[in-house]
Amino acid sequence: MTSHRGHLAAANGPLANLDVLIVGAGIVGLACAEALAVRGAAVRIVEAKAPAGVATAAGMGHILVLDDSEAQLALTRRSRALWDARAADWSSATEPNKRGVPERKVPHTTRGGAPRVVCGTFRVDVEREVCGTLWVAANEVELEIARAKHEWFGARDVATEVLDAATLARFEPHLRAGLAGALYVPGDSVVYPPGAAAVLWRRAAAHGATLRAGSPVVSIGDGWIQGADGARLEADVVIVAAGLASVSLLQRELCPPGLALIPKKGHLVITDRAPGFVRHQLVELGYLASAHGHERTSVAFNAQPRATGQVLLGSSRQIGASDTRVERDVVARMVQRGLEFLPGLAQLSVVRTWVGVRPATADNLPLLGPLPAAPRTWLATGHEGVGITTSLGSAELIADLLVAQRAGADAPREAIRSDEALSPLEQRTGSSESLAGSSLQALDPSWYAPARFQEPAVVRG
Amino acid sequence: MAESREKRLVSISLDGAAVDVGEDTNLAAVLLASPGRRARTSVSNEPRGPLCGMGVCFECRVTVNGRPHVRACMERCTDGMIVETSPNSAIVSTLSATLPRAASNRAETADVAVIGAGPAGLAAAAAAAEVGADVVVLDENSTVGGQIWRAAHDAGAARPEVQRLRARAGRARFLAGVAVFDADADVFGADAGAPHRLDAWSARDAGTITVHARAVVLATGAYERFLPFPGWTLPGVLGIGGLQALLKGGLDVRGRRVLIAGSGPLALAVAAALIAAGARVVAVLEQAPRAALARFGLATSMQPKKAAQGLGLLVRLRGVPLRAGSWIVAVTQSGASLRVEASVAGERQNFDVDFVATGFGLVPATGLGELLGCDRGPSGLEVDRDLATTVPGIYAAGEANGIGGVDAALVEGELAGLAAARAACGAASTSASASERALAVQRRRVARHRRFTLELERAFELRPEVLALAQPDTVMCRCEDVRSAALEPFAEFRAAKLATRCGMGPCQGRVCGAALEVVRGWARETPRPPLTPVPMAAFARAEGAELPLLN
Repeated sequence: MTSHRGHLAAANGPLANLDVLIVGAGIVGLACAEALAVRGAAVRIVEAKAPAGVATAAGMGHILVLDDSEAQLALTRRSRALWDARAADWSSATEPNKRGVPERKVPHTTRGGAPRVVCGTFRVDVEREVCGTLWVAANEVELEIARAKHEWFGARDVATEVLDAATLARFEPHLRAGLAGALYVPGDSVVYPPGAAAVLWRRAAAHGATLRAGSPVVSIGDGWIQGADGARLEADVVIVAAGLASVSLLQRELCPPGLALIPKKGHLVITDRAPGFVRHQLVELGYLASAHGHERTSVAFNAQPRATGQVLLGSSRQIGASDTRVERDVVARMVQRGLEFLPGLAQLSVVRTWVGVRPATADNLPLLGPLPAAPRTWLATGHEGVGITTSLGSAELIADLLVAQRAGADAPREAIRSDEALSPLEQRTGSSESLAGSSLQALDPSWYAPARFQEPAVVRG
Repeated sequence: MAESREKRLVSISLDGAAVDVGEDTNLAAVLLASPGRRARTSVSNEPRGPLCGMGVCFECRVTVNGRPHVRACMERCTDGMIVETSPNSAIVSTLSATLPRAASNRAETADVAVIGAGPAGLAAAAAAAEVGADVVVLDENSTVGGQIWRAAHDAGAARPEVQRLRARAGRARFLAGVAVFDADADVFGADAGAPHRLDAWSARDAGTITVHARAVVLATGAYERFLPFPGWTLPGVLGIGGLQALLKGGLDVRGRRVLIAGSGPLALAVAAALIAAGARVVAVLEQAPRAALARFGLATSMQPKKAAQGLGLLVRLRGVPLRAGSWIVAVTQSGASLRVEASVAGERQNFDVDFVATGFGLVPATGLGELLGCDRGPSGLEVDRDLATTVPGIYAAGEANGIGGVDAALVEGELAGLAAARAACGAASTSASASERALAVQRRRVARHRRFTLELERAFELRPEVLALAQPDTVMCRCEDVRSAALEPFAEFRAAKLATRCGMGPCQGRVCGAALEVVRGWARETPRPPLTPVPMAAFARAEGAELPLLN
């Protein structure tokens, strides 16, 4: 158990010397690495490509609370609080390094094939802005929905505000005239996902975690992984945070029947700098209907002010598509939608378009916990379009579950079930209809409990 | 020099001040002649002036008549033009409120679409049109001729070479001022009408042009490679080709001191043009060693036309010190002048000048080809003996296949034009079948010219010293002001880009990517749409019928 960190001082913490392998260095894998390393685990991460280079790099980085379901609210609210708590860390991480000199010279990823350990630090800019979210209501019917959401959030102690048309126009002068108002969520924020991922990695590395990039895994069993290079690595716990690839990497017999991730392809467009053009994250209130509807391809207005002054415009969803080709017609629909709300966008210069693929589940909640047939192999994937937000809550949940498991086999079940009144688990396990295409019911329900986040939890260093 | 005509003066507003300039003067030339020589303020608040002069680097972007992010070097001055060089923070306040939201759209169908109206593109258009193909030619510049045949802004008519080729091209349609920003090749649809699609943006019409073609000739040319050294971002330091372009665009260089430093044959031609325009060229520094240049001279002297060109240049450059094995070490601002510290044949030497022109060879503009899925070889796009790329129906000619100069571009254009016309119209069509002999002749000529590319690459190989001029605080990515030291921890472009923003700016990594390719051996990224930044309006149009909005 301790062989991989013999050179480090004996670790402290509830997971001291627990040997963990994490497959995937996206935001979820890195968040898990941080949460576990900080608690004393000996963490090794293997990544097929570059760290934070696939879905994480493609994401918008909108940190938000969502009201899809009680579970989603619990997970997003707790996660948003964890991101807020990190702002203090970042103020040191982003301290201007005037000459751009790295804090120390480090070995880095692959040059010419052979994977090398990535470890060390470089200047990181998280580009965090607490800009808040404006859920824009186009008409009186939507404004009524905004009021209902305000009530709903209010009942759960999430601060929101309903803005009338005039206030909305003052908040966002470039929105078209004639909109009805908005639901304002002041606590939501924006980060630059690769920057945020780098900060998580930095902290994990400071606690002894190691990362091998350019190192694909071809097969995962109970407590072991097999690399493309033929090497087999074992650990006390394997955490599969490989996004969309996670399920396909599992040995067939470990895979609960029906366990599947659904790819949802999305396009983004970013402009040249025009600071002040957009001031808040703007999302049309009809977004959720279009995001989670059953239409194969849908678009919705979603515009974000980047810290650089650029405008990032989304969003599209293509259910079942997993290629990364930019599709002109989908971009066109998305841009048309954007121009409906922000006509002035037409003249801003587009610098880049790109595609990311969201790993989704049938009920839009992530898969977190051990496989029933492989107790040493855990899943941490299926975060759909909110993985940047929910990475931190997911990682904390997994860490707590591991700590509880270590403390005694019965403890976690108790601890997690105690506040299950609003848990989606009963729904998830109780109705096979709503779970079509997913096999969440096959996972041990006690390991999945986002409702736990409703407790006010202590923020850990 | 082309014959000058009297141009009438027009009045433009530059940051609120009225300036009288010759009509059609290149706007970047006006900025470079203004007191601060500044076009914009960089993201770390450095003043920046024009660099490439040909629409690649995006250093000269300004707000023109309420349109933000406009490249000054692609604009010609017109009466009443309002130009603002405001920092990013003020861009929103300068946006025009009157611009149309929806872009107009126009569709074109052609047998052969030629992208680029330089020598290769004009020759391709001429050859294809002569065998009966319906041809459309697109170029981002406002006039045809490309970089090498760029007409002086005050020239009365196009150069005779351009006129001859246009006459041969007959009814071919030339669309100028049109930037191709997206493209799709249908590799399986060879017999399905016009399977290749090109999406272009016309700034003048504020609209898109969708071209459907049976075959495409990529004649996209090349752009300059810059190597970062301390001070290379100062206004007044610009490309060798960039200075030439702005000279033709109306930059007054009379009495101005210019140092030219870099690598490649372009330097001598530009030095001659500068001298003819009244500039004082204080020296031409070439990084390649004398011995390599001598070998190159010997090799090109086997080609009588090139030898004559070379001799002619040397005669015109009499009196200008030409130094091999020499390069710039650093440039600093010294009052109104630029002070250059250089290593001249092993010794340190200083020059005080008004302009520094620098460039280290040319980079084939392969982006559109790559977007279409064409493979890139070591010198440029990969082509077969008929200049077909690896994607059926897509041909490439000229510098995009490897730097070979105007003569190679012309013969390649002829061959690619013929081959594309045959692919589009079928070899059986009467006039196309007559082209079989012409094809054979052109294939032989192309093979001969390609050897020049290899000679060029060998003679002007970049030496290690010039690849290591950047200091830790030297800006590598000019769009995002990413400095050399910030890139230190990384081993490849994408990881560096994600962590530092290097290459994320509007030049889309063309400038830093070309430098880092040789400085660190980092492969450049494959381009994505838009191939060049265009207004959001350009993206609002989908192919075919208008799609209904969700509501």
